[in-house]
Amino acid sequence: MGHQKPVRHQKPVRMNRRLFLSSVALFSISAPIVSLARTFSGALPWEPMSSNPPTQVVPGAWQFFTPQEAALVEAIVDRLIPHDDLSVGGKEAGCAVYIDRQLTGDFGTSSRLYTQGPFLPGLPTQGYQGEANPAQRYRSGLAAIDAFLKQRDGKTFVELKPEDQDAFLTAMETGKVELPNGFKSAEFFALLLQNAMEGFFADPVYGGNKDMVSWRMLGFPGARYDYRDHVSKHNEPYPLPPVSIMGRPEWRGKGA
Amino acid sequence: MRALRITLAFCALTLALGPALGADQADQIIRGGDQAVLGDCAGCHTQPGGRPLAGGLQLETPFGALIPPNITPDRDTGIGNWSEADFRSMMRTGIGHEGVRLYPAMPYPAYTRMTDQDISDLWAYLTTVEPVSNKVEANQLPFPFNIRLSMAGWNMLNFSEGAFTPDASKSAQWNRGAYIVQGPGHCGTCHTPKSILGADKDSQFLQGASLQGWFAPDITGNAQSGLGKWSQDDLVKYLRTGVNAHSIASGPMAEAVENSTSKMTDADLTAIAVYLKSLGPGGDNAQPAKPDQARMVTGEAIYRDNCSACHGGDGAGAGALFPALTGNAIVAQGNPETLARLVLAGSQAVHTDHAPTTPSMPSLAWRLQDQEIADVLTYVRNSWGNAAPAVSSGDIAAVRKELTQ
Amino acid sequence: MTRILPRKDVVIVGLGWTGAILANELTDQGLDVLAIERGPWRDTATDFNIGYAQDELRYSVRRDLFLQPVVETMTMRNDPSQKALPMRDFGSFLPGNGVGGAGVHWNGHTWRFWDSDFKTKTNLASRYGAARIADLQVEDWGVTGAEMEPYYDQFEYLAGISGKAGNIKGQLQQGGNPFEDARARDYPNPPMEMTYAPAMFAEAGRSMGLHPFPTPSANMSRSYTNPLGITLGQCTFCGFCERFGCANYSKSSAQTTILPVLMRKANFEVRTNSEVLHVDLHADGKSARGVTYVDSSGEEYFQPADLVLLCAYGLHNVRLMMLSRIGRIYDPNTGEGTVGRNYCYQTNAGTQVFFDDKNFNPFIAAGALGQTIDDYNGDAFDHGPLDFVGGSGINCIPTNGRPIGTRPTLPGTPKWGSAWKKATVQGYKSTLSFSAQGSSYATRNNYLDLDPTYKDRFGRPLMRMTFDFPDNDIRMSNYLSDRMEDIAKALGGKQYSVARLKKGWNSVPYQSTHNTGGAIMGTDPKRSAVNTFLQSWDVPNIFVIGASAFPQNAGKNPTGTVGALAFRAADAIRNHYLRNPGAPLVQA
Repeated sequence: MGHQKPVRHQKPVRMNRRLFLSSVALFSISAPIVSLARTFSGALPWEPMSSNPPTQVVPGAWQFFTPQEAALVEAIVDRLIPHDDLSVGGKEAGCAVYIDRQLTGDFGTSSRLYTQGPFLPGLPTQGYQGEANPAQRYRSGLAAIDAFLKQRDGKTFVELKPEDQDAFLTAMETGKVELPNGFKSAEFFALLLQNAMEGFFADPVYGGNKDMVSWRMLGFPGARYDYRDHVSKHNEPYPLPPVSIMGRPEWRGKGA
Repeated sequence: MRALRITLAFCALTLALGPALGADQADQIIRGGDQAVLGDCAGCHTQPGGRPLAGGLQLETPFGALIPPNITPDRDTGIGNWSEADFRSMMRTGIGHEGVRLYPAMPYPAYTRMTDQDISDLWAYLTTVEPVSNKVEANQLPFPFNIRLSMAGWNMLNFSEGAFTPDASKSAQWNRGAYIVQGPGHCGTCHTPKSILGADKDSQFLQGASLQGWFAPDITGNAQSGLGKWSQDDLVKYLRTGVNAHSIASGPMAEAVENSTSKMTDADLTAIAVYLKSLGPGGDNAQPAKPDQARMVTGEAIYRDNCSACHGGDGAGAGALFPALTGNAIVAQGNPETLARLVLAGSQAVHTDHAPTTPSMPSLAWRLQDQEIADVLTYVRNSWGNAAPAVSSGDIAAVRKELTQ
Repeated sequence: MTRILPRKDVVIVGLGWTGAILANELTDQGLDVLAIERGPWRDTATDFNIGYAQDELRYSVRRDLFLQPVVETMTMRNDPSQKALPMRDFGSFLPGNGVGGAGVHWNGHTWRFWDSDFKTKTNLASRYGAARIADLQVEDWGVTGAEMEPYYDQFEYLAGISGKAGNIKGQLQQGGNPFEDARARDYPNPPMEMTYAPAMFAEAGRSMGLHPFPTPSANMSRSYTNPLGITLGQCTFCGFCERFGCANYSKSSAQTTILPVLMRKANFEVRTNSEVLHVDLHADGKSARGVTYVDSSGEEYFQPADLVLLCAYGLHNVRLMMLSRIGRIYDPNTGEGTVGRNYCYQTNAGTQVFFDDKNFNPFIAAGALGQTIDDYNGDAFDHGPLDFVGGSGINCIPTNGRPIGTRPTLPGTPKWGSAWKKATVQGYKSTLSFSAQGSSYATRNNYLDLDPTYKDRFGRPLMRMTFDFPDNDIRMSNYLSDRMEDIAKALGGKQYSVARLKKGWNSVPYQSTHNTGGAIMGTDPKRSAVNTFLQSWDVPNIFVIGASAFPQNAGKNPTGTVGALAFRAADAIRNHYLRNPGAPLVQA
């Protein structure tokens, strides 16, 4: 029988993934939680220790990229977000690590999207109609970039001088590069840019935005929740440092 | 709802016994239903979502797990073959049908204070409860505690039988309150510290005790840790609705409010309040040591980032939704077990008709390390006029371990 | 093998705002009510935990709380000459999912439509002549503002809306919206405390002789206890409102206003992670027997019920009607059929004003904290000399400073590199944004039907959405862009940029989740799918509750009107339908 009698205090089957900040080897693949059907009646359900926090990315070995792919992505994000007097570059901020972990999860496999065929060419107003998911697009796209550059310049992207890297990226962005295998450079560039920016600005729990560098740069206080004492202070800078889902150094007695 | 239950029980009894009932018997059953509310039988004997009084809810005691039995009149699995004398003996002495000794998890040391009439009324009510076939394996304690004969020795050391004797120098209302608190209400079963043998430490009546992973707070008149700052009206409101300006019931007290105190009459609630407010401040009022300033700094940062959005930067909370932390007796308990548990596991608040919001404290075990929880609790316990001992990371670790095994 | 379950009095498909309102009302009536919800149970402490609710990547970019396209999506095209293709990811609109539905993660703008909105067709034709609306398919709703007033009041007090009334029993109120219809009493909570940007916007508007007023908000301006005895907390301006659940009970939702009471009732039950495949009708197609649904294990069930309420969100309501053969699917060529007819959306354009010397602290925000100007909304202004009908509310409601999505820069700024970074830091705190949210009037060729090619995971056809902004609405929006430009100038920044809407609705960038119509209400069964109590003309023991009922959309967010219609339907069911169940409330 598929249904039990209505029972109070149903135990929701949740993966109770606890986030211990000092723990070492945490898995970083976000497995989709398959929710089971359940019946509630007679009480507002509740369980102790019930939480569903994000899984903290732990830097370490690459989980998606090969070493060459990783080097290429690091070089790209370092041009998209260069090191300058405003902040460290995308590589040091962890953007490549962020992308690497994202590609191993739901985002990489498009497991949440509609991936049924037929796959037909669409109008720009109809959005992405391709069959390749981001993981596949990165594999092919990164290979296509180096194949193209090796052929045109005899060098891979990481071997180019920064100005030439920028020029190439600009050409990709404006669709002026014809990558091999019919790969659309402007589309792939847009994906790279979007993911690099996510990695730079997202909560550090996801592997990028190291030490909340982008938030400090902008003056964004992060995962704060109570601004009642500042609402009426029009035009006045907000005085507190940012905090992430993982906390901030001041919780442990360290300054920023 | 209770009227409906009584009516159904009435019909059941009529069908069972045949002869027409007199008004007296009907009154007795209704009074007995009131006793069941005062005594909160359902709190232990009804499993959440289960049939009334059919047992099966596991209780964690320091000696092991105990399962309160089925006390419906079912002949095979309940107390259908008990007599009223059995029941009175059990309530007065802890010795039940066929001489089986009960553990004082069944609070007979409190129920013994009840009058013969009240026990008799309660029995009359229990015989009208719908019989449920539910076999409960009652003996779950590990050796040597599963040897019930040992209760004889325990009773000799720790138990004094006998009904409540009113204090002639006090008002009828005060005596009624004392009777309920000491007798059927069995408040001391949770709120009075226990000896190593699990008996009430009578000299520390209602000064707070650890039970099932919660610390039931001091409910004497102590101004910091007890009800010293509560008015009589505050106390009545809390018992009736689960919520007042100082506190929101959750955990085991939420169940006590929902099953028992919220259904008591206003007169009884006022009597309880009068009695409890007459108790002097138990325990010592020694000022705790000032906490390490560095911990107040880290605690403040953690508080601001995790707690202030609900409990307020000034600890004032928000009425029926988020308890105030300033002047909050739970915050000020010597034993920080409840606080640790609330932060680690979260908690769901009481639900009564007058206070239906049922808000939940979220679980923060995933985010905060033991030291951080200890620091923020130390901060809360020493801010906005609060003064209570610092909390150590070991305190938190112990509760976390218990919650995650 | 479909298992047959014990009968319920009422089955409600979906447990969002409308489902929760109807469930609470009908359980109070003593009925045995079952809600079947496709998504999961959602609870504040677990799902909007104070420590991880503020996760822009998870909730705003990856959209954790929303309907995932793998579960259901739609195909889209602008007009019948195109082939509709699936929205493989949602973009322009983001349907909700789970208990509480989109009410969990909405912003909270809560409006009353005007009497003139309810009488769009009659009013516009009489004021401007039939020729002005000849290329539109606008309809009257069949209700008046006065009839709707008590239900708006009921929803606003349930939800604790924070605002300032503009017209109480005919008396205009200083500081409120002078264009709104009369109401019986003020909002249950005062307006929210204003942040800098909307305060500046209001000042500029006033200097131009316009009439700004605080946006009516479902973010609590103070702690509030609603008529069910449920208490909400004060909004703390966290800036994680739309797309996010509220961690501290300060945003109105089913969770914070109804469920604590509803869940306690023995005569209410909800089954989550269970998707209704279709409503089952008797062989003659004139009454419903119940619904068929699938749980997450794939097991199929038939749930018999006497009364079926579709509360699944407007779009899903319409699709369920199509899949269940309730009424006939609309054909734009013949004009026949009413299911899928009059699909409308929202017509938006935005403005940014850039400053050098201002700090707007964009992260101090709430979903509905702002100021609105209605001088150019609906029919509040004379369209005589103009070439369109309809209008927009002009809203300065800066809801967030979340940096993945909200990093305004001057037009022409590169999208990466050091120049990008510098401009981003420059613009982040010193840019003021506001927008025009416009009416969306129905046309013959904006409609919904079933797609001939693409199917969902159960093999059922996806719904097909054929929609583009009507020429009328483009002209209206461009006029509003001109008005916004006036305001931008008055604000006096160093530079401004005003968007101008063009034809060719793009399903990719986010615009609005205000999808309306497809099962519209009305007095004529040939041009509406439900009567004014939202009862299906074709199958009287089915009610279809949601913005699917709107004959066209006004320049205002729909939820207030959706809530009011839900209460009105509940009233009709409790006090009339149940006296003679199965019978139509209105003779066609």
